[in-house]
Amino acid sequence: MIEKSVRELSADLHARRVSSEELTRHFLSRIARHDGRLNSFITVCEEQALAAAREADIRLAEGRAGPLTGIPYAHKDIFCTEGIRTSCASRMLDNFIAPYDATVTEKLRQAGAVMLGKTNMDEFAMGSSNETSYYGPVRNPWDTERVPGGSSGGSAAAVAARLTPLATGTDTGGSIRQPAALTGITGIKPTYGRVSRWGMIAFASSLDQGGAMARSAEDAAYLLAAMAGFDPRDSTCADRPVDDYVAHLEDDLGGLRIGLPKEYFTGDLDARVGACIEAAVKVLEGLGVVFRDIHLPHAHLAVPAYYVVAPAECSSNLSRYDGVRFGYRCENPRDLEDLYKRTRGEGFGAEVKRRIMIGTYALSAGYYDAYYLKAQQVRRLIAADFRNAFEEVDLILGPTTPAPAFRLGEKVDDPVTMYLSDVYTIAVNLAGLPGLSAPCGFIDGLPVGMQLIGNYFEEARLLNVAHRYQQETDWHRRRPPGFD
Amino acid sequence: MALGPSDVEKIAHLARLAIDPTDVETYARNLSDILAFVDQLESVDTRDVTPMAHPLDMTQRLREDVVTETDRREHFQAIAPAVDKGLYLVPRVIE
Repeated sequence: MIEKSVRELSADLHARRVSSEELTRHFLSRIARHDGRLNSFITVCEEQALAAAREADIRLAEGRAGPLTGIPYAHKDIFCTEGIRTSCASRMLDNFIAPYDATVTEKLRQAGAVMLGKTNMDEFAMGSSNETSYYGPVRNPWDTERVPGGSSGGSAAAVAARLTPLATGTDTGGSIRQPAALTGITGIKPTYGRVSRWGMIAFASSLDQGGAMARSAEDAAYLLAAMAGFDPRDSTCADRPVDDYVAHLEDDLGGLRIGLPKEYFTGDLDARVGACIEAAVKVLEGLGVVFRDIHLPHAHLAVPAYYVVAPAECSSNLSRYDGVRFGYRCENPRDLEDLYKRTRGEGFGAEVKRRIMIGTYALSAGYYDAYYLKAQQVRRLIAADFRNAFEEVDLILGPTTPAPAFRLGEKVDDPVTMYLSDVYTIAVNLAGLPGLSAPCGFIDGLPVGMQLIGNYFEEARLLNVAHRYQQETDWHRRRPPGFD
Repeated sequence: MALGPSDVEKIAHLARLAIDPTDVETYARNLSDILAFVDQLESVDTRDVTPMAHPLDMTQRLREDVVTETDRREHFQAIAPAVDKGLYLVPRVIE
């Protein structure tokens, strides 16, 4: 049951070979059995999941079911869920029960998907290792002494360990793709605006985007199809039809032009990761893809530009946590300023505080032009690099991360080194483009991911290429030992 | 640009963040490292480059000027730390 695809599970559900309740109980029991080693869930909602499963079984019996009806999924704890705690992995929201559902939550409910629980993550999605969570780090199922990546580390670890067939994620600088790569699963961050941000707790609003995490591109296509679409409640949501991702999975790749950015294959890349990407190129060439070298001349400035833009937006977004209307409040405040300062000082962890301070500094009088304006100008140059590249090629391929999963604690004390683990993913968010990571090999038992980058709203193409690749390879079928 | 402890205290005040005095040195070092890293941005000439505030060229949509939200005050205030008679309570501001 745990190795079946969403399409196969859905066929079983529709044919009444299995009920959603049985399926849901099966995954809940796997969570109970295995998650003590991973800490991938902050909240497991057994009761609500079983109720949703029974509801799905009624829909299936009455013929009102779609492809996700009755299929369990795990929801990143950044999406608001009415009546179930949404913590964003922060002490600040440890007691927060949202009074409404995020649009994504609502859409998945309407699709009949069954939410198993809320997954662990870096606090407020700020981190690349899942070590900044108030609820403790998530461990990588391939080696529990290593990180699963972040910020969607709980979702990634849960999918990799087969604790759920599907999981949601969000990606501001690589938070879907980087953990997908480090845990050997498939994750897609769509074009900015493709998935509604309404009810998705904000970190950096011009970069944040929700997306899908699954074992295969095919499974991710089903999940993304249910998440994507216009939402009038999100003023930045794209008002254009959603492509039929599933229908395009089998499209022929003959003559497709894919660019390999020279700047992504330098000394900063672990040569063994480079070799995995080269092997993937060979597989895709066999499917008719034509490769050529391209240049993204400002690639090296993406991480520095991001660490101005994202903290600036974060400092503004997180000013709402003031201890007055919801969330954590300090004990016995002396006065209003003490209430604000201690609430925030006690409610936020170190990385969140660092980013709020960097953003506050970059936006403060006298420094705005040197930091924020400059970073926004560089952002334009980075987006222009991609625009120029897409005049020559249809897609871009490269590594997702410079190296496989690192050890817990290895980078916590050195923020800049930690930030550089997103060196290949961040530019995609600055430009607002869609990106996908899919497993393409192993190094010493640890998964390696390749990243496909598409032009705006080319999600169907990314999923198509990854799916065709996965029909030729079995990296995405490997299961971490000890999670039978 | 390197930040000292007094810079950190000033920024923390602007951000309304209480910082443990024993952590100020560490924050000063971390923030200085991040700013030094960010300083690479100066290596590129950006004269005449229009700042990019948003990834998509889009304009704000307008909607009909009609009421779409219902009154859910009690629902929202149920999760507030302190309320009284429909009001949010904070420490006394005016003596």
